[in-house]
Amino acid sequence: MSISSSRKTTNAVMLGLAVLATVVGLFFLAAILVTLFWQGLSALSPRLLLENTPPPNSDGGGLLNAIFGSVVMTFIAIVVATPVGILAGTYLAEYSRGSRIAEAAKFINDVLLSAPSIIIGLFVYTILVIPFGHFSAWSGAAALGLIALPVINRTTQDMLSLVPSALREAAAALGTPRWKTMTHVVYRAARSGILTGVLLALARITGETAPLLFTALNNQFFSSDLGGPMANLPYVIYQFATSADPNWQKIAWGAALLITLAILALNIIARSLAGKQQS
Amino acid sequence: MDMLNSSPEMRAAAAASNQTGAPMEQPIKVEIKDLHFYYNNGFEALKGINLQLRDKTVTAFIGPSGCGKSTLLRILNRIYDLYPGQRVTGEVLLDGRDILSKSEDLNRLRSRIGMVFQKPTPFPMSIYENIAFGIRLYEKLPKSEIDGRVEAALRKAALWDEVKEKINQSGLGLSGGQQQRLCIARAIAVKPSVLLLDEPASALDPISTAKVEELIEELASDYCIAIVTHNMQQAARASQFTAFMYLGELVEFNRTDNIFTAPANKRTQDYVTGRFG
Repeated sequence: MSISSSRKTTNAVMLGLAVLATVVGLFFLAAILVTLFWQGLSALSPRLLLENTPPPNSDGGGLLNAIFGSVVMTFIAIVVATPVGILAGTYLAEYSRGSRIAEAAKFINDVLLSAPSIIIGLFVYTILVIPFGHFSAWSGAAALGLIALPVINRTTQDMLSLVPSALREAAAALGTPRWKTMTHVVYRAARSGILTGVLLALARITGETAPLLFTALNNQFFSSDLGGPMANLPYVIYQFATSADPNWQKIAWGAALLITLAILALNIIARSLAGKQQS
Repeated sequence: MDMLNSSPEMRAAAAASNQTGAPMEQPIKVEIKDLHFYYNNGFEALKGINLQLRDKTVTAFIGPSGCGKSTLLRILNRIYDLYPGQRVTGEVLLDGRDILSKSEDLNRLRSRIGMVFQKPTPFPMSIYENIAFGIRLYEKLPKSEIDGRVEAALRKAALWDEVKEKINQSGLGLSGGQQQRLCIARAIAVKPSVLLLDEPASALDPISTAKVEELIEELASDYCIAIVTHNMQQAARASQFTAFMYLGELVEFNRTDNIFTAPANKRTQDYVTGRFG
């Protein structure tokens, strides 16, 4: 009786603490989102998509150049990082089989996974910006790609190791060559999981600011020149939000909302894909 | 529980299975000579196995878990080669040719020796593709001919009527019993000469098990079949020859009715009567 009641008390206390922790977490999330939507929605207008970032102390203006720059650099980064990450993950999960170099590569990849993004930015600054003497969209894309790469690599490894070895044996037992077992059976089984990893990497680099500070920097004008500095949403938010110009601040809110919605959409798609994989 | 005395229907089944064919007259398909197998930790899992598998005959492998029967099966199509460090000595002759030789083309070999595993392993593709996949590996055929082969394999596996309306849907959507019959269909669609079944019915419900067993009986007229099973009744019903293995050794190998009614070895008798294992 006393044991049972003390267990019930413990249960109630722990449950209360858990609920409290959840409420605290959700409160701040809700506060951020409500503020963001409140301020961001009032900034939203077709102008945001049609006009370039305005000079200080002026009216109007939009985010066209920044949206364009973000999309272009993110696109290049993900297009390069995806095949490299998937191939590397495939090698590490399927072909290396306990070799020392592979174990070291796995470890280093995990370190890269949690490397501060500003370090990645500095690294790219050293090898791609200093030698050419100017900031460029190419170096921005390279920095973003370096952040996406370990994410894709690791997810690919994880998803491939979830594919039961019975499936590989079944394919081999039919006389399937190893490469065909990978391309036709194992990749198919892991497809939605790997795609989820790519989308999560995409969501991650969409919001990265630090690696772009030293690489793409910013551009007040519309530019499609990948060899020069290029505007991008995170940098515009950083610059405009810290300014004293109310018009700039308003545009920064709009940019923040846009980027949040984009990341939210990517996460929802990734989650629904991951759910499909499990069922 | 003494099956020798209490189960006349088992003896009848064992006897009946031998009346249907004349297994002794079938030519030898696979000959295993002094086969030893070592895991990469050095453990000797098979200790000098000698036996023959006859064509168009079902040979059952029984014995307690860990006795090496699945290992033996996995040598016959060299699937053990997927895992480095495992070592085998001795000879396995398929139609007189040693398949353990280093020069053997493993993919070709495996395309001639079908295997069905304990758990159903449908590929993540449509029912049709599951079967066409194997056929296309080594044969270039027009679509109409592949269609025909897919249908024939599904009919043979007694699955056609259940799936003909949804042949382009995913094979993963089938029930466990249907998935296993799909795997059997996939194995026989490539027209192998030997069929290895590793506890093919142990993950299935009784109705699916009965269907798979019926299927094995039918397939026996065309193939050399080796089946590993923990189910004594299944061995008695479905096979003409039975090998009893224990701790990596072949204790007794004989016609199924002999093994179940008059085993020569005490351990065989204890096992088939349920005293141990």
